[in-house]
Amino acid sequence: MQGFKLAFNYLRIGVMNEFQYRANLYIQILQTFIALGTGLIGLSLVFDQVDQLGGWGKADLLAVMGVFTIMGGVIRAAIQPNMERLMDEIREGTLDYALTKPADSQLLVSVREFRLWTLVDVVVGVVVLIIALNQLNWLVGGWSALGFFTALVMGALMIYCFWLIITSTAFWFVRVHEIANLFEGLYAAGRWPVNIYPNWLRYGLTFLVPVAFAVTVPASALTGRLTLQTWLGALALTVTLFTIARFIWKVGLRNYSGASA
Amino acid sequence: MKRYIDFYTSMMRLSVLEQWQYPIANYFYMIGMLAEPVIYMVVWSAVATQQGGSVGGYTPGSLAAYYIVWTLVRQMNIAFTPYGWEWRIRQGRLSMSLMRPMHPLHEDVAFFAGWKVVMIILWIPLALALSFFFKPDLHPTLLEGAVFFIAIWMAYLIRTITLSLLGMVTFWTTRVSALFELYFAAELIFSGRLVPLSLMPEWVQQAAWFMPFRWAFGFPIETLVGNMPVNDLFLGLGMQFVWIFFGTILVSQIWKIAIRQFSAVGG
Repeated sequence: MQGFKLAFNYLRIGVMNEFQYRANLYIQILQTFIALGTGLIGLSLVFDQVDQLGGWGKADLLAVMGVFTIMGGVIRAAIQPNMERLMDEIREGTLDYALTKPADSQLLVSVREFRLWTLVDVVVGVVVLIIALNQLNWLVGGWSALGFFTALVMGALMIYCFWLIITSTAFWFVRVHEIANLFEGLYAAGRWPVNIYPNWLRYGLTFLVPVAFAVTVPASALTGRLTLQTWLGALALTVTLFTIARFIWKVGLRNYSGASA
Repeated sequence: MKRYIDFYTSMMRLSVLEQWQYPIANYFYMIGMLAEPVIYMVVWSAVATQQGGSVGGYTPGSLAAYYIVWTLVRQMNIAFTPYGWEWRIRQGRLSMSLMRPMHPLHEDVAFFAGWKVVMIILWIPLALALSFFFKPDLHPTLLEGAVFFIAIWMAYLIRTITLSLLGMVTFWTTRVSALFELYFAAELIFSGRLVPLSLMPEWVQQAAWFMPFRWAFGFPIETLVGNMPVNDLFLGLGMQFVWIFFGTILVSQIWKIAIRQFSAVGG
């Protein structure tokens, strides 16, 4: 309970901080629309040639793009900024300030930053999703909706765990910014359903970098493709990844020796 | 002239030595860049297969060739970013370069040219790995190879020119990220980076002829992959030369006006 209160307080501070720079909102809106525009151009070029891609029709792929945009917004608003700050602090030794606070260190380093304006991506993603669902004539039942929301939450959790694992390697390797770069490149693969990729790449995008669970699985729920097995698989992977991430974080902390502080 | 040759060789050697110290960081940087073309390649190969084997004249094999050559051209396209211009103008870093008895742009051109030598060497194993997975269909002639070699270096110069022009906007205002984003979006569409231009609607192909993007990106790839007639190969090199010639004049004229706006102290 106290953890929630702490997270909420940091959220509040993050929001107040962002309100100091309102002009950034307009830049964010423009960036979101440019990204969406180029994505839609890519989609329309494909559908100039074919009616479906790997069994996914136009409206289905629009739903995938909606989920991709929503998840991208969540990652950039709440996950990535925290992890980037953590990378810097491990390198510079200023993580001491967080570790001396009387709260769970993993929770603390995961909630300190929040970029409100990036949520424009989430809003626009929802709109895209609604348009896609409209084209699909709203054939979404209660179970599908529930499957979608739970899959979305699990997907976000998996991406968070992935980031935390990568960031924790900074305790040993120090320079990990390039890996962050790598993630951005790989996440872009989520714009398309993972079943169009060759096998080796599909497994990588499912288990190494959980892009498949973050984007394709929630979109499958809305387009009537999600099976109970996949959902249970997602649940199992979430729990596993969370345990691994927690373990690596703990071991990494023991490796941390601070710097000057 | 000798002064310039000395400067370029020293600067390039320095840059090679510096970058060679960070092979792992450079590799991660390159692998991060691989995701983009691999995604395009997979999507368009799937489309080609569904279409019965080819789309816009490209088979999965020639698409693989297109996007593998793409990765090299993308490396050649790396030049000093306009965001870097913003940084050096805002922070006054430019003052130091201005003290030197040579135009500061020469330093950028030489440094990145040296870095490219390292990148090309590091690129070779990656290209072999990609070829192993995606089986490119690539049979360039000797002439095409020669034109390609010249074209990628010309492409580098064209992109340096366009990015410098964009970067120089920051002499007047530092709120420029929106402008940069628009530029990069236009580049994505009109250069052949997103898809080979022959897959684009007719009007995009025609418009692309008159913009710099294609000559800095799609053209070098097509020289190697596209079975172009000899005439078109030389016409393309000519277009590249025209962009470099007039681009250089434009950069130097704008620089003269822009530098008067610069008012940093120290740096």
